[in-house]
Parts: sequence; C-alpha cells; structure tokens
Amino acid sequence: MSDEHEHYEAVVVGAGPGGAAAAAALANYGVETLVLERGVDAGSKNVSGGLIYAEESAPYTIDDLFPDFREEASERPVTEYYLHNVAGDKVKTVDITDLHEHDTEWSDSVLRRRMDSWLAERVHEMTRETGGGLLTDVRVNGLLREGGEIVGVTCDEVDPIRADLVVAADGVNSELARDAGLMDWEDPEEWFQGVKAVVDMPPEVVADRFDVGEDEGVAHLFSGDLFEDVRGGGFLYTNEDSVSIGTVFHLNSLVAERAEPHELLDALLTHPLLAQWLGDDYEEREYSAKLVPDSKKVALKEPHEGRLVVVGDAAGQMQAQGPIIKGMNHAVSAGALAAEAFAEAKSRDDPSSAGRRYAKKLRSEGVMKKLRPPQYRAVSALGERDAVTNVVDGVLTSGVGRTAIKALSGQLDRLFGSPFLTSMVPDTRTSYVTLPTIIAEELGTPVREESTVEPPTLADRIGDLTYDTDIGNPHIRLVDNSVDASGAAVSACPVSAQDFGGGCYREETVTSNGDEERVVSLDTQPCVECGTCAVVADTEWEHPRGGKGVEFREG
Amino acid sequence: MVALHTAVLTKGVPDFREGQVSFDEEGHLERGKTPTVMNPNDRFALEAALQTRVRHGGTVSVMSMGPPGYKDVLREAMETVYADDLYLASDREMAAADTWATAITLSTALEKLGGLDLVIAGFKTADGETGHTGPQACWALDLPIVTHVVALDVDPEAERIRAKRLVEGDIEEIETVEAPLPAFVVTDPEFDPSYRTAGDRLELKDLREETQKRAENFEDHLTTWDHEALNLDPDYIGLDGSPTIVSSVDPIPKAPAEREATMVDPDDEEGMQEILETVQPFAGGD
Ligand SMILES: Cc1cc2nc3c(=O)[nH]c(=O)nc-3n(C[C@H](O)[C@H](O)[C@H](O)COP(=O)(O)OP(=O)(O)OC[C@H]3O[C@@H](n4cnc5c(N)ncnc54)[C@H](O)[C@@H]3O)c2cc1C
Ligand code: SF4
Repeated sequence: MSDEHEHYEAVVVGAGPGGAAAAAALANYGVETLVLERGVDAGSKNVSGGLIYAEESAPYTIDDLFPDFREEASERPVTEYYLHNVAGDKVKTVDITDLHEHDTEWSDSVLRRRMDSWLAERVHEMTRETGGGLLTDVRVNGLLREGGEIVGVTCDEVDPIRADLVVAADGVNSELARDAGLMDWEDPEEWFQGVKAVVDMPPEVVADRFDVGEDEGVAHLFSGDLFEDVRGGGFLYTNEDSVSIGTVFHLNSLVAERAEPHELLDALLTHPLLAQWLGDDYEEREYSAKLVPDSKKVALKEPHEGRLVVVGDAAGQMQAQGPIIKGMNHAVSAGALAAEAFAEAKSRDDPSSAGRRYAKKLRSEGVMKKLRPPQYRAVSALGERDAVTNVVDGVLTSGVGRTAIKALSGQLDRLFGSPFLTSMVPDTRTSYVTLPTIIAEELGTPVREESTVEPPTLADRIGDLTYDTDIGNPHIRLVDNSVDASGAAVSACPVSAQDFGGGCYREETVTSNGDEERVVSLDTQPCVECGTCAVVADTEWEHPRGGKGVEFREG
Repeated sequence: MVALHTAVLTKGVPDFREGQVSFDEEGHLERGKTPTVMNPNDRFALEAALQTRVRHGGTVSVMSMGPPGYKDVLREAMETVYADDLYLASDREMAAADTWATAITLSTALEKLGGLDLVIAGFKTADGETGHTGPQACWALDLPIVTHVVALDVDPEAERIRAKRLVEGDIEEIETVEAPLPAFVVTDPEFDPSYRTAGDRLELKDLREETQKRAENFEDHLTTWDHEALNLDPDYIGLDGSPTIVSSVDPIPKAPAEREATMVDPDDEEGMQEILETVQPFAGGD
C-alpha cells in the first residue's frame, strides 16, 4: 500500500514564519519541498502583536531569506518604544528604546494576513522549482507511521504523504508535536493568552497622533493596575493605516482571577492614557486571539523525533523577554536551522541525523539560550514562590520600598532597558502589577484626557468576523462538561463570557430526575481557534478541516 | 499518457443578480440593457473539464454559439475556471436560429474542432429556455450521453468514463455508470470535483494561475467561426434554416456500454422531454 503514497523529500506543515523560513531554506538547498497550510490563505489563521525582530545575533533573519520582506510585507519600522506604568489615572512613562534596540538590526510592525500571505507566494514560487509547492486548505491531522516510525503525514483533504523530513511548523497547539508525544496541553502556567484589536486609522492620522513620519512607528507597552491582579500587560503598535492594540496574560493568572479577556482588552482601550491616540473615532477592524507558549517553561530541548523536526511556537520557541515578545524571529531562525540540518544530514548520507543536528544548531547558534535563559532559572527558583512574592510585595508597598523607588527614579530607563535584568524577571505579581503600580503612584503624573472610546460588544466582535463553519463537524469536543473540569473556559475563552449566550462556552443549569446541576456546554461556531480551552478545559481539541473555521483578514 | 481533448459548451444568460437586470415597463426582460454572463451552471461543466485536465493533461476547449458579445462569456469561463482555447460560432446568418439550426451549427463546430474525447455541458440555463439543441447536437455527433453527473472519473487508457449520477435528478439516489469515450456528459449543480493528491492540487494551482493570465489576452486564444468557416449553407442555419416542425425525434444512440447512461424510449414523451430540457439549453441560439 505504502508505495502508492505520494512522496516528497520534505513536507512542511504550516505557513507561518517558521514554516515559510524552513521551506524557503529547504528550497535554497534544492530539497523537493511540499508546504501544507490549513487556512484558505496563509495568515488567515494567525495572530501576533506584532513586532518582528531581526536580531544581530540571530543565525537567520526573515530578510536573509526573503530580501524584499520589509518593503513588501511589513508595516512600519519601530523607531520609538515606551513602557507606561499605570496606577489608576497616574502614569509613569519610561523610554525603553534602548532595550528594544539591544541586539536589534531592525524591527517592524506586521499584520499577519498580509505578511504570511506574501511569504506564502514567495515560498510557493521557490518550492515549485523543486517539484513541490505550497497548498492552502489542507489540514494535516497526524503523523504517518510505519512500524512505529514516523514516515510522513496524514491529512483531511488528501491521501497520506510520505517524506524524508517532516517539519512541524504548525504553531501553538501543534497537533503534530502532540501526536509525537513531545508536547501536552495540560498546564496553564506554560502559556500566555494574547488578545488583540486592529483599529482603523488613516496614515495621516497615525502621523499626527503619534508624531511619526511615513517610515517611522511607535510601540507602547502598558503594565500596572489597569488589569487588576491579572499578570500580563498591554501593547500598542502603529501599522501603515491602523494600530494594533492588545493584551498578553499568563493563562494561569487569567484562570485564577476568572478574568474575561475581552474586558481586560476593553480596560486598556478605554484607559484615559490611550485617548490621545484613539481620539473619538474608534473603529475596530478585527478582534482576534491566540495562545502563546512561554519558552522559559516549554521550549523543547530536543524538538525532534525520528524524521520529525518541530519549529517555532509548535516547539515552544516563543520568548517573552520582559515586556518584549519574540516569537516570529525565533520561528524563522529555527525553521532555517532545521533546513540547514537536513541538507547537512542528506549530504552526509545520514538523513536520520537531521533532528539531532537541528537541536545542536539551536544550542550552538545561541537560540536555546535566549529561549531558556540560565539566569531566569536561577532567579525563578526563588522568585516564583508565593511566600517570596508576598514578602517582596510587602517591602515594595511599604514606606521603605516606596522611598527606594523614588530614589531610583533617575535610573528607571536604565533599569528597564537592561536586557539581562528583563530576562530574569520572574513571572510574579511583583513584576507585572506591584512594581509598575508603585512606580506610577510614586513617580507618575495623572492623565487629564478622558476616553470616549466605546469598544464593540463581544457579540458585535464575533459578528464582524468571517467564518466558514464546518456544520455538523465541530473541531472541539467537550469530554467532561462539569464546571470543575471545564468551567474555566467560560471566562477564559476570548469569545465567551459569563452570562453571554452567544459565545462558545456557557454555564447552564440542567435538571435531571429533579436534581439541578450546573454544567458547561460548547458551541464551536464562534471559535477563533485560540487554543485556550485545549489547556483549561477537558476537551478533545483539534483544528478545523482545511479552509474551515475563522478567517482573519488582519491578524 | 493519452492526452484528452475536452470541449465544454457554454452559453450566455442575462445577469439576474440584483442591480444588474433591467425590465421594461411591462415587466419584460430588457436583454439589451441586461449584461450577459456565463450560465452559472456551466461552471460545473468547466470544473469537470478542469478536473480531467489536471488528472490527465490534454486540452480543454470552451465553445459557445451566439452574438459577438458572447466573447465575454467565453472570457469569463477562461478566467473563473479554465480554458486552453475558446471557440465562438457567431454570424448574422446564425441569428434567431431555432434548436435544430443551433444543433446543426454546434455539432458542425464540434466536428470541425475534431478529435474530441469528451463534450461536457452544464445543467439547464438560468434563463429557463427549453429546446432540443443538446440531444440533437449529441445525435448529430453520435455520442453516448450521461446526465446529472456529480462525480467523474476518466480512464484514458481504457477509453472509458465512470460517472456518479443522480438518478432522476434526485440527490438521495446516486448510481455509477460507465460509458465509452468519446462521450457527452451533462454535469449536475451538485458536481463536486475531487483532488486527493498534493500533486493534483499543485497542478490545479498552476493551471488556475495560467488560465487567469491567459484570460487577460483571451482574444489571442479565441477563434470565431462564421457560417463560411463552418461550411454551412445559410439556407440551413439561422432563421432561414429553422423549420421547427418536430414530427419525430430520433432516439439517442445507445452506447455499447454494460451500464448505460440515461436510456429513454423515444416514444416515452415524458422521459424524452426531461432529457431534452436537461441537455439542451447550454447551447446559444438567441
Ligand atoms: C497577541 C499576540 C502578540 C504577539 N506579539 C508578538 C510580537 O510582537 N513579536 C513576535 O515576534 N511574536 C509575537 N507573538 C508570537 C508570534 O505570533 C508567534 O510566536 C509566531 O507566530 C510563531 O510562528 P510559527 O511559524 O511557529 O507559528 P504560526 O505563525 O502560528 O503558524 C502556524 C501555521 O500552521 C498552520 N497550521 C496549524 N496547524 C496545522 C495543520 N494541522 N495543518 C496545516 N496547517 C496547520 C496555521 O494555520 C499557521 O498558518 C504574539 C502572539 C500573540 C498571540
Ligand atoms: S472555543 Fe476554545 S479554541 Fe475556540 S476561541 Fe474559545 S477558548 Fe479558543
């Protein structure tokens, strides 16, 4: 039977930055490469903040592989970068352009539909030359095995395909990494959840409100008490004719606080600090969400298994460097290194060594050290224990701590600008909430503006999204509908909310034999495929079939 | 590999979409003011031809008979689905032809094209015309016919087709039939092309890109035939050649297949009418 299967030298699953980089590099090595993407178009499923970095120290940057990238696919270079510490209406702003520029050759804002779709066209041209090519609307649903060995992939839309190399670049909630036993989706501590709104803004308004020229852009970050006690922060990036505003929170913190992601986003959007930029003509183009792995906790040390190599978010290679988020750049490096490893292995007549060589390159090229910084390990052992957090918080909020902060005021820029310090910041309330709040209270000045922004309701946000629903074939199945097992999804799902009937998850009372019981129910129609409920609820979770489900226009 | 030559018959219909269609004061359609578009159901015929092209190579020729404006209908076929080349039978002498004259013209054009393995047409036109052109053209060409086709497999080596078709046009009942090549196929709007290998899907993507590029200069790929080119006597086509006294209808020739397409007794008026309505209207003639 197996001889009847199609064969390609390499199959790349997913056409995000990781898959695009892997495929382009493979094509450059002359490897016959097939790329399979489940969206109707590359980028139609993808969400990022997003600033893409070209790091000076990186083995590969996106423009190494795609020379016209910045002209054709990105929005604006980021030329200024600020962090705002917020306490009520008091704000202390710190210029962190230095931190942003550390090890940075360039950094541009991007919108993923435009970016990935452009990349995919290039990738198709390049891989077509090798006898392969890029296909959209095809979902890989598992690994093809023979005698227990991985020999290819199986798909919903096409017959099984054999390959000498399978690159899993299928992003967060990678079904292939799960199938290979490399990842589980159990622990909310290992993930962030990102939620974003793209807001319409003509270029001349961007120029005016942010005081930037045509080829300039600004990034703003927000932390402090505007999200209550939920650990995380907000961002605002300027695009060509829109701005991206979003939040990134620790998933376990969202769950613990039973916070509603869309309300946290709204808290940011309606904060008086943002009034100067959003004006009174707020027009939301798109609401989106996606999980983000925390590389410090989940980056795979050996992201390979037989013929399978795992790159990008699928391998947990998403670095939160303090407030700066770096996922796309590492996905690019990893994809290209995997290709390099395969080409090398092939030339040594030892294709089965590709995975091992790839893992070694991740270490020798310094990628692994960024993903799992040794200094974080040392500090987090101490810093993430609740007792320590409480003591440190206690000191900080006391008179002593406040005086110390005041004394430090002249050095705040330098402190926040230290890449070494930011990489060791533990994931505690202290760094996300307490410290920024105190900084703002002690050193901040009140914002005078008033916000007139009225964000759309969740129902309107869902209504504005484009879906091609796979009727009668839901991609998520609730395994345990008890509130204990799956109730967290009702608030954590970005398109569900307590007391909202139009979302995916709902809590309801059922009566059987006269007994009343609270249970959770699921309707996948409004799902934006963010992956949250795969971790926080008891589900059987898959992506929808090729071309089905949500279609982002902005990303 | 045996290269297959497929011809797809298409016709123009008034664009019935909101905002496009005009009616006069009495509520009659104003053909002159209503843009002509490709009969929407012809899309499925084109999809069937494209699927054959992807799987087996060869050539897809798209043909229509009608006024010069039908060029745009052919362009639409090339751009939205697929065509290697386009043929338009168009002549003032052909105008106002009845079904007989249209059938003669179309079958002559198909014969002139020559070497055809498959002729494919879509189901019923959107402007609700009925007539006898299809079966007459089919008869003139002496081809077996399979209607209501929802899936099509061609075996060029064995020179046979195997088709899934709706029995009596009913979605609940599907049968598989075989016929020898060359054959005449009428696709149902439920026709669903299927591409189960990555190789086929990549080929499909290439062909789509090619046809869209070709459509930008579609006139380079368009051949227009008038009655002289088709060697037709003006007395036998168009209005002059339209006797429209249908005294008898010839049976559709029985194909030498084990499981035949639609077999209809020519004396069975109801069955005959159904077939006629099904296959006729894709041909132009207005
Ligand atoms: C709100 C938010 C803000 C962020 N901000 C930033 C930022 O500012 N800078 C930054 O660098 N990173 C940022 N990130 C992270 C960044 O988006 C990811 O790290 C990056 O997209 C990872 O790239 P990837 O190629 O590994 O995966 P993805 O970009 O997720 O691509 C995976 C691809 O695989 C496809 N796919 C998945 N499963 C299958 C399947 N079974 N079959 C076929 N195809 C499949 C998907 O459709 C998708 O196209 C942010 C993320 C979020 C959510
Ligand atoms: S149903 Fe699950 S995957 Fe879908 S949007 Fe909600 S949390 Fe995300």
